[in-house]
Amino acid sequence: MQASIAIESTPAVQYLLRLGDTCLILGQRIAEWSGHAPILEEDIALSNMALDLIGQARAVLTHAGRIEGLGHDEDQLAFLRDEKDYRNLTLVELPRGDFAFTVLRNAMVATLMKLLWERLRDSSDAELAGIAGKAVKEARYHQQHAADWVVRLGDGTEESRRRIEAALADLWRYTPEMFESDAVDEAAAAAGLGPRWSELEAPWRAEMRTILDEAALVEPKEAAFRSTGKKGVHTEHMGYILAEMQHLQRSFPGGVW
Amino acid sequence: MTAPAAAETRCAQAWDVLGTVLDPEVPALSVRDLGIVRDVIEHDDRLEVVLTPTYSGCPATEVIEHDVLAAIDLAGLGPAYVTLQRAPAWTTDWISADGRRKLSEYGIAPPGPASADGTVPIRFFGRRVDAVACPRCGSSNTERLSAFGSTACKAMYRCVSCREPFEHFKPI
Repeated sequence: MQASIAIESTPAVQYLLRLGDTCLILGQRIAEWSGHAPILEEDIALSNMALDLIGQARAVLTHAGRIEGLGHDEDQLAFLRDEKDYRNLTLVELPRGDFAFTVLRNAMVATLMKLLWERLRDSSDAELAGIAGKAVKEARYHQQHAADWVVRLGDGTEESRRRIEAALADLWRYTPEMFESDAVDEAAAAAGLGPRWSELEAPWRAEMRTILDEAALVEPKEAAFRSTGKKGVHTEHMGYILAEMQHLQRSFPGGVW
Repeated sequence: MTAPAAAETRCAQAWDVLGTVLDPEVPALSVRDLGIVRDVIEHDDRLEVVLTPTYSGCPATEVIEHDVLAAIDLAGLGPAYVTLQRAPAWTTDWISADGRRKLSEYGIAPPGPASADGTVPIRFFGRRVDAVACPRCGSSNTERLSAFGSTACKAMYRCVSCREPFEHFKPI
C-alpha cells in the first residue's frame, strides 16, 4: 500500500489545487456516464467533456507540483493525496444523480470555469495563463452544451421539468461556496496569480439567470447551508470517489501500462 | 513533398519530415497541416520540435509526440525531443489552406473562422446552428445531430439535401 504524500499548502498551491481538483473530480464524475448515458450522443459528449476536464487538471496539477517545489508530479498529486488535501468545490464530488442533475451541475461549473479561465488568461504566472488560454475555449463549449440541455429539460415534458426542478433544488445550496473568498484568494489577487473567486459572483449569477430564464426555471432562495470542499472538508461521497480513483496507484505503487 | 537537397539545413529537412507525420485521429492531415508545429530548433546535436496541443485532454497528443520523434529518427535527423508550448493557444485558424482542402476531401467539413477571443454570449439553439456546408454535395442546408463527435474536435452533422451524415471540425 502506497503511503500518502504530504502537501506544502502555501496559498498559491491551494489556489491551484482548488482549480485543478475541481476539474479532476468533475471529470471523474462525468466519466461515470461513459457507457451509461441516456443516448449515444450524450454518452460521447460527456466522455469528451470528461477528457477536457482531466486534461485541464493534468496541466494545473503539474504546475501546482512545480510551484510546491517538493518534486510531486501530476500523478502523485492525483493519486497519493488524502481527502483533506483535496481542495475541490463540494458541488463536484456529489454523486452523479440523474441526467438532469448532471447537466445542471455541468452548466453551473462550466459557467464558473469559463469566467475563471477568462480572468486567468491575464495571470502574472505565464504557465497558468497559457493553460487558461486553451481551457477557456473548452469551458465555453461545455457551458453552451450544458445550458442547452437545461433549457430542453426545463422547457420539455412534465417529467423532464420535474427532474430539472429537483436538481436545481438540490444543487443551488452549493453555490455560495464558489464565491466565498479567503486568505488564499487575497494572496492570489495580490500576487496577480488570479482573481478572488468572489469577483466572479456577479457575472456568474447573470449568466445563470439567462439560462434559468430561458428554461423557465426559478432561481431558488439562498440557503444558510455552507459547503466547505475548498477548505479540504468534504462530504462522505469524497472518500468513495477517491477510493475508486486512487485504488490502482495505492495498491500497485508506480504501476504503469 | 520535395526530397531534401544536400544543401538544406537539418531544420528544413525536419519540417519536410513533419509534413509526412499524420494526425492519428484525422489521418487526412499532417501535423503541419494541422498547424500544431510551432518551431523546430537545432541545439548543437539535438533537434527540439515545439508542438502545441489542440485540446487539453486530446489523447492523440502523446501518440503524435511519439510519431514525430520516430519519423525524425527514421530520416536520420535525430536525436530529437519534443516540447509542448501552450501559449498562444492553438486555434483551428492555424489549419493550412491545403489542410482544409484535404479535410473536405476526406469528408469532414472544415472549420470556419474561430470567433474573436472575447466574451461570447450564451446562445440557445436548435439543430441548425451555423451554415456548415456539406463536404459531399456542397449544400449548406445541413443540421447538427450532436455537439460532440468521435473526437473532441469534431461535431456530427447531417446534410438535409443529400441525406448524408458528416463530421464537422469545430472552430475554436
